[in-house]
Amino acid sequence: MMNQRLAVAAADITSLAAGAEILVNGVAGVCDPLGGLYLPDHGVLVVSDLHLEKGAAFARRGMMLPPYDTLATLNILSAVIARYDPKTVISLGDNFHDRRGSQLMPQPFRDTINGLARGRDWIWINGNHDPDGTFDLPGQCADELVYGGLVFRHEPSLVAGKGEVAGHLHPSATVGRRGKYVRRPCFATDGNRLVMPAFGVLTGGLDLKHKAMHGLFDRAALIAHLLGRDRIYSVRFDSLIG
Amino acid sequence: MDNSPAEPLSQTVDLLPRPFTDWFALKGWSPRAHQMELLSRASGGENILLIAPTGAGKTLAGFLPSLTDLTRRGKLPPGAAFTGVHTLYISPLKALAVDIERNLMKPVEEMRLPVSVENRTGDTPQSKRQRQKLNPPDILLTTPEQVALLIANKDAGRFFKDLKYVVLDELHSLVTSKRGHLLSLGLARLRRLAPDLTTIGLSATVADPMDLQRWLVPQNSGPEGAPAPPAGLVHVTGGAAPDIKILSSDKRIPWSGHVATYAIPEVYDEIRRHKTTLIFVNTRFQAELIFQELWTINEDNLPIALHHGSLDAGQRRKVEAAMSANRLRAVVATSTLDMGLDWGDVDLVVHVGAPKGASRLAQRIGRSNHRMDEPSKAILVPANRFEVMECQAALDANYLGAQDTPPVGEGALDVLAQHVLGMACAEPFDPLELFGEITSASPYAELSWEMFERIVDFVATGGYALRAYERYAKIRRTKEGRFRVSNPQIAQQYRMNLGTIVEAAELNVRLVKHNAKGTIGRGGMSLGKVEEYFLEQLVQGDTFLFSGKVLRFEGIRENECLVSNAFSLDPKIPAYAGGRFPLSTYLADQVRAMLADPARWHVLPDQVRDWLALQREKSMLPARDELLVETFPRGQRFFLIAYCFEGRLAHQTLGMLLTRRLERAGARPLGFVATDYSLAIWGLNDIGEMIARGRLSLADLFDEDMLGDDLEAWLDESFLLKRTFRNCAVISGLIERRHPGKEKTGRQVTVSTDLIYDVLRSHEPDHVLLEATRRDAASGLLDIGRLGAMLLRIKGHVVHRPLDRVSPLAVPVMLEIGREPVAGEAQDAVLAEAAEDLIAEAMG
Repeated sequence: MMNQRLAVAAADITSLAAGAEILVNGVAGVCDPLGGLYLPDHGVLVVSDLHLEKGAAFARRGMMLPPYDTLATLNILSAVIARYDPKTVISLGDNFHDRRGSQLMPQPFRDTINGLARGRDWIWINGNHDPDGTFDLPGQCADELVYGGLVFRHEPSLVAGKGEVAGHLHPSATVGRRGKYVRRPCFATDGNRLVMPAFGVLTGGLDLKHKAMHGLFDRAALIAHLLGRDRIYSVRFDSLIG
Repeated sequence: MDNSPAEPLSQTVDLLPRPFTDWFALKGWSPRAHQMELLSRASGGENILLIAPTGAGKTLAGFLPSLTDLTRRGKLPPGAAFTGVHTLYISPLKALAVDIERNLMKPVEEMRLPVSVENRTGDTPQSKRQRQKLNPPDILLTTPEQVALLIANKDAGRFFKDLKYVVLDELHSLVTSKRGHLLSLGLARLRRLAPDLTTIGLSATVADPMDLQRWLVPQNSGPEGAPAPPAGLVHVTGGAAPDIKILSSDKRIPWSGHVATYAIPEVYDEIRRHKTTLIFVNTRFQAELIFQELWTINEDNLPIALHHGSLDAGQRRKVEAAMSANRLRAVVATSTLDMGLDWGDVDLVVHVGAPKGASRLAQRIGRSNHRMDEPSKAILVPANRFEVMECQAALDANYLGAQDTPPVGEGALDVLAQHVLGMACAEPFDPLELFGEITSASPYAELSWEMFERIVDFVATGGYALRAYERYAKIRRTKEGRFRVSNPQIAQQYRMNLGTIVEAAELNVRLVKHNAKGTIGRGGMSLGKVEEYFLEQLVQGDTFLFSGKVLRFEGIRENECLVSNAFSLDPKIPAYAGGRFPLSTYLADQVRAMLADPARWHVLPDQVRDWLALQREKSMLPARDELLVETFPRGQRFFLIAYCFEGRLAHQTLGMLLTRRLERAGARPLGFVATDYSLAIWGLNDIGEMIARGRLSLADLFDEDMLGDDLEAWLDESFLLKRTFRNCAVISGLIERRHPGKEKTGRQVTVSTDLIYDVLRSHEPDHVLLEATRRDAASGLLDIGRLGAMLLRIKGHVVHRPLDRVSPLAVPVMLEIGREPVAGEAQDAVLAEAAEDLIAEAMG
């Protein structure tokens, strides 16, 4: 089926969707079906793994992927920013698909980001794909950020899990009923920490049951908040297939 | 081989050099009339199509022009100037190329002909391939992919300058696929490199040979670009009619399914009674299951082997060798053994499942008794009750005589893109010249210049309206207006990714052991490959059949699927065993006729007859031109069954479209399942009642206009289209299967083609690759042509039968309802239910 996030962004729906309200280390958040996390008490919107200019990164290696992924991702980002009008936007790393991405990005996309950032604080957390930070874009770059009782970093760390909001893993989850199954990107949280779904339109997912996720969560308390068309579906880890 | 020559001896002597006449005399044979006719006409430079049944000496006929010409030329003296390859033999199967080498070397050695023969396939070692380029054999036996590789090489001109004959084996099966399209383009290039070459096509019987005759010649080579005359035809008819029976069994014939395990004891008895039996099935899983069941009752320990494409190549070679040495009593095989392999002493072919298509069945049956003048012996084993009718209808209609015609089809655009890059790798090309060459290939004769330009643009920069990638272009124009590759790495990438067979993502299956600590050990034997989609439904501990063993799924480690011996006879996961080939239109009509005419039922087994009689009593049997639609409630759901008899692909498309319409009508459909014979849709609202109250009209529901907007809208979000897109993306070179230094399996393609499809769809819906995808899907996976013909046929003939329970005829399709991924609207319903369970759990 048509990617529901692309469809929603194309339809320019700015009304509030049925997000899921969660607590991470006692901080209230709303998981939005477009893939962003909004922290109402702080006016902060968190997105992760935008992987901007992924198509161009492949084209540099001879695979001419459609040059529309940046535009599509920014459209969804615009939609979610319009929904919450946040004071601060935190992009949790892998903001660009490769090191050269933010340097070589065409001007129109730069203009879009400038427009989105106007009147807000913007924090680019560095990721493993783009460890050198961004080039000629508004906002600040940082390896991690401690703010409002939470730690924002790209890669989840095994030692300091409490209050951590991270990305990197692109979590997705599968649910099934009567032999039918559906796989979707998801927010994953056990109340202590949160791993964000990947926001970029050309980013795949890694199943929450994959071994790379082992040891991150208290599985008894782990809930996957799956991205649906216009709402979030919350499913306990034990009820997932995989 | 003792038919007397039809032509005067003097002509034979003229055409056949001394060693050949001596050899025939020594063997006590005479050359057959068609062999001499082909020799005489091809030697005169005429392109020729030879149509002959199995066992007619087709292979020798195809090579006689080359062998005699090379014999007259004599052995090249040492130190002679470089001489290119003389004859190219192209077969659809690697195994066939290897087998032909063996068969061809026999006469070559016995006559001591000064002819060198070698094969070149994907399995040929790199050192030998290098040597072949420097010192080509006279006759090179190869596959379409290798031809594409050779012509994309810088030295192609030198290698092929002396090419005189191109022999195309099993042409009827080659031309129908994308491989055939690629080969037709390759042939066009070969003709440019060696303008005087002659083509010789070898084919099994087809209904209309003209398509193949045209395929063999350049399309625009006549005066002022007019079509050239088609290739000449040598048609060998006759051969003894095959002796075909339907297996009769005392056992209960299943309602549904495709594996025919009920008939295993009878099949085993037949194996015992014959020297060597070939058991053909339609899918790998059928092969696995039949093989296992046979061994379960193999009290005599007969040597029975298994052969299918997913098995390890080494294992397959062993089976082939044992087979040709007559050490086996039976082989269970899929289409990997369909074609021309010479098996010697096979005296029985068992075909599990219904015929589906005539040419395939004829060819498979032709495997037995590989001599033209004796009848081949075959037994059909229907796997379910509908198949009993299908088999019977096939025999009643003398179906084997009524051959299908292979559709050549319009040349695929993704294949064209691949070829264009290949030609740039060979040497810088002039677009006008290349266009002329490409349109000389019959599948591309109608290609427009505008489309060709779009494809060239696609190859260069992806062909996007947003010109973002000019600086990364793969091919660029030189000052002279020619296109060349931007750097040598592009050519290397092209060579690594060439070909038109896109395999489903597959993982290697490795057998491991549990060690003392209960963890899984490393190493162990490789058993073959299994598709990723199958593994996706497994969890650790599930057992399934593979490579003739019941295996326990242990998990996936990197690119490998780890399994252990299950020490059980009862696999838990039922293998998907649906027929891969849809029911042919002709057979479908025959089955409908039989269903409508009780006078013809006397030939059917009692059980099937009783079943039909019960259907007549409980519901009804539709007339030949009618479409019966039944509705009934079952469980919490309401069902609609349509008996269309148009094959699974067309039914699947129909199911998708009807589901959309039912959704709009408020029937709240939840899913559907399709078989070759019928379609079942189920939903939450009572469809029967909606029809009764006039809230839903069946005539409107089945109106042809569904092929308009509904089809367009559905195509845009269809997962089938995504699968087609994946193939097009890989074949066209948008996505690489392999990258230098990084061997990628389908699993590791670093970016999901589904995501690419979504982005492209929403931002450039007219992109050339999406157009290629829609064309492909319409003719292939969706079978839209056939669906359209059916909707036209049943207009005004839809009969509704509301029932209060499932009908006898509906049972087979109801039994198929099972584990299928859901698509579209229903996805969120599954999510919602899963989430509601959580809520209930929390509230409870």
